[in-house]
Amino acid sequence: MSENLMVINGREVPFSPGQTILEAAVAAGIDIPTLCHLKETTPTGACRVCVVEVEGARSLMTACTVPATKGMVVRTESPMVIQSRKTIVELMLSSGRHDDCLVCPATGDCRLQELAYRYQVKGGKYPDTETLYPMEAVNPLILRNFAKCILCGRCVQACREVQVNDAIDFGYRGAKTKIIAKGDMALKDSDCVFCGQCIQACPTGALVPKDAYQKPRLCETEQIRTTCPYCGVGCQQTLHVKNGKIVQVTATENAEPNQGRLCVKGRFGYDFISSNERLKTPLIKKDGVFHEATWDEALDLVVSKFSKIIKDHGPDAVAGVSCARSINEDSYNMQKLFRAVFKTNNIDHCART
Amino acid sequence: MTNSFKEFKNAKMFFVIGSNMTEAHPVAATFLKNAVRKGAKLILVDPRKQKLAQFADIHVPIKVGSDIAFLNSLMYVLITEDLYDKHFVANHTEGFDELKKTVMSYPPEKAAEICGVSSDMIVKTARMAASVKPMMLCYTLGITEHTCGRNNVVSVANLQMLLGNLGMEMGGVNPLRGQNNVQGACDMGALPNVFPGYQTVISPEARQKFENAWNVTGLPDKNGMMIPQMMDGLVSGKIKGFWIFGENLANTEPDIHKVEHELESAEFLVVQDIFENETTRFADVILPAAAWSENDGTFANSERRVSRVRKACEPPGVSKPNWWIFREVAKRMGHAWASNSAQELWDNEISVLAPNLAGIKYYRIENDGLQWPCPTEEHPGTPFLHRDGNFTRGKGLFTPAEWTPPAEVSCSDYPFVLSTGRRLYHYHTRTQTGRTQGLNDLLGEETADISLFDAKKMGIKNGETIRVSSRRGSITLKARVTAEVPESMVWMAFHFREACANWLTNAAFDPYTQTAEYKACAVKIEKM
Ligand code: SF4
Ligand code: SF4
Ligand code: FES
Repeated sequence: MSENLMVINGREVPFSPGQTILEAAVAAGIDIPTLCHLKETTPTGACRVCVVEVEGARSLMTACTVPATKGMVVRTESPMVIQSRKTIVELMLSSGRHDDCLVCPATGDCRLQELAYRYQVKGGKYPDTETLYPMEAVNPLILRNFAKCILCGRCVQACREVQVNDAIDFGYRGAKTKIIAKGDMALKDSDCVFCGQCIQACPTGALVPKDAYQKPRLCETEQIRTTCPYCGVGCQQTLHVKNGKIVQVTATENAEPNQGRLCVKGRFGYDFISSNERLKTPLIKKDGVFHEATWDEALDLVVSKFSKIIKDHGPDAVAGVSCARSINEDSYNMQKLFRAVFKTNNIDHCART
Repeated sequence: MTNSFKEFKNAKMFFVIGSNMTEAHPVAATFLKNAVRKGAKLILVDPRKQKLAQFADIHVPIKVGSDIAFLNSLMYVLITEDLYDKHFVANHTEGFDELKKTVMSYPPEKAAEICGVSSDMIVKTARMAASVKPMMLCYTLGITEHTCGRNNVVSVANLQMLLGNLGMEMGGVNPLRGQNNVQGACDMGALPNVFPGYQTVISPEARQKFENAWNVTGLPDKNGMMIPQMMDGLVSGKIKGFWIFGENLANTEPDIHKVEHELESAEFLVVQDIFENETTRFADVILPAAAWSENDGTFANSERRVSRVRKACEPPGVSKPNWWIFREVAKRMGHAWASNSAQELWDNEISVLAPNLAGIKYYRIENDGLQWPCPTEEHPGTPFLHRDGNFTRGKGLFTPAEWTPPAEVSCSDYPFVLSTGRRLYHYHTRTQTGRTQGLNDLLGEETADISLFDAKKMGIKNGETIRVSSRRGSITLKARVTAEVPESMVWMAFHFREACANWLTNAAFDPYTQTAEYKACAVKIEKM
């Protein structure tokens, strides 16, 4: 028998040294619910949703922090575990205001809601804590709704350990605890760079895009994976689309090269697509003024002008600049047009800038 | 990039030169910062004390445009102190003696004067670079946007070869590409000297191959013009018909007055874009194109990864995919092109014609993309190049380079050096990012970033409106007084039209690459 085996829910499960109970379980396809745990960051054990029963241990243990050991016997959904999770979820539901899911933008995409459903917890067992901090709506791009914050610390982890921006942390104490930027300033006046990684990490509606309340919820959208149109990193994004319109952009999890991360431009810079100022029809200039034209008119004009120039002055009298922002297939066809049809190699793009 | 972003996280040592990664490639920077937090070392070479400086073990604020002197001097130290990788140099490189001859004339004392840093700092940097192996070298446009850009590039490659840091994971020479598909546009042959897949147009075999594939005869056999030559040609009359696809040249090229004169001179100008912008004003015909998210296709990122781009919405009005527009023009000139979708173009033409891309087909890149070279459909792609020090040409060739100053250096009339770049919240000329309200809220106007020292000396307050002028133009904008910028420097971006740095920049170009010297020109500043 190999060295590193443990037992989870009566099943023998291998683990590698250093793995937590959670990691071993996930590798074996056993589901343990988590909340505060954020992939690739140091586990904090803050929420205790992932508690499991470990034989011989005096109390329940958090699977995301406790290392797996040889011969360990673990139960992930025992009555004691379930009871404990119910209490935890119940307490979270009383932390701030979670009785207005019907009008919350996170509905359907909320970890707390998921857990409440899974353990059939309705809330209302404990009195709601007072909402001490008003909504912070003064920032561009990000809305902070403290009434929905359950202090799991995922945003802090995302900011500190994923993006390494160190803009936010836990502040104050006890019942007054709040996630704050330095000096408890609004994000816009802090070190925050608006990457929005904290929004992606937030399990509730406490951190949402600024316009979230005016838009369809993520759960109503179709998800389409694509590649960011800005810099050369090539981050993978998930476009959330409803009625042919992009509603929100999130980072695609577990995807190369960005592993669930985006920057401010990739996450928020998509409004141009639906701008009214987009060009909608070909335009031809007559006497210094642009007039709308059909494709036939515009293309025929281009063809006749280019043909004439080539006929009179040779193919090298025309030149083209392709686009380093557009898709490969566009650049391919443009250079093919210049080479195979116009017969010139005068084709370039801003390759070096 | 010879290597991949995936490797950043586990790298042990970085050498970042001319790259303001936290703003220009923010997500790449997060992986670098992750590594530094885990103990990796970071050498940062940059005139500005930019964000990464707080993560760096050593920040070397060399003067703008002194990179080659600095790099040569590092190599001087590595060679004289016997710190270089002799095994790698002996077995995998050629030209060491020539390199040695050149770098021997850059002792730290001499380089220190050119670079404006102490000789101790140069020695310390060299020793640090040699202390951990492999070292991952990253650069961006701070290296290429100089009249000596090509020589800067060969110099960073020389350094990595000397240290034996090529052909392995977490090493390599890694230019982070500025735009999402610069790599791809090069791969596709949107260059005057190569067909798709870097097959040269002067090669009769390559021409034959493409003549067969495209069913044409007489493909042109001479290299074409690069952008600056085209622009000159517009004025001289050599170029009469000009077609600009998706680039806002009137804002992005150096010396806007000159560029606008050139665009005005075009006999017939076609501009194909998604918005009207400063460049479309000069067009005779504007063709409306479908944008990102309105058609299917692929991008190639900096690490040579071909990833899918997908359609989510319909293009507005009658605008059409760019590839369709070119195909229609070909059709009207008697060429019937078979491929009628991006997928057909890729699967049936591009991947068939470019050997490096032969194994990449749409069905293989449904999820993560593939990194070329990927020669067959069984090939897993290539995360890092030159495995085990085997270069395409056999051995890596040292190319010694002498330092040359920027084309325009500061003088008594124009005592400041203007250097330019990108800022976090906007992208290029803001045709895209400028339409997100939140981004405009975060950065609503351009500033002239100047040092605390100069601000004090000239009595300029943060936020005060000043005039910045070069020999080519003059703009007024707010001063941003910051510790990021060293004495005698003005730093600006080109995101906003009115105060665009390109009213001032110098249209001087690298003789090999025709890249403009955006990173250095002489300016003066005045209180209003
Ligand atoms: S937006 Fe980014 S920088 Fe700002 S608090 Fe959130 S994670 Fe931190
Ligand atoms: S999300 Fe940011 S870092 Fe990623 S590709 Fe887009 S612009 Fe670059
Ligand atoms: S997920 Fe383990 S303690 Fe929160």
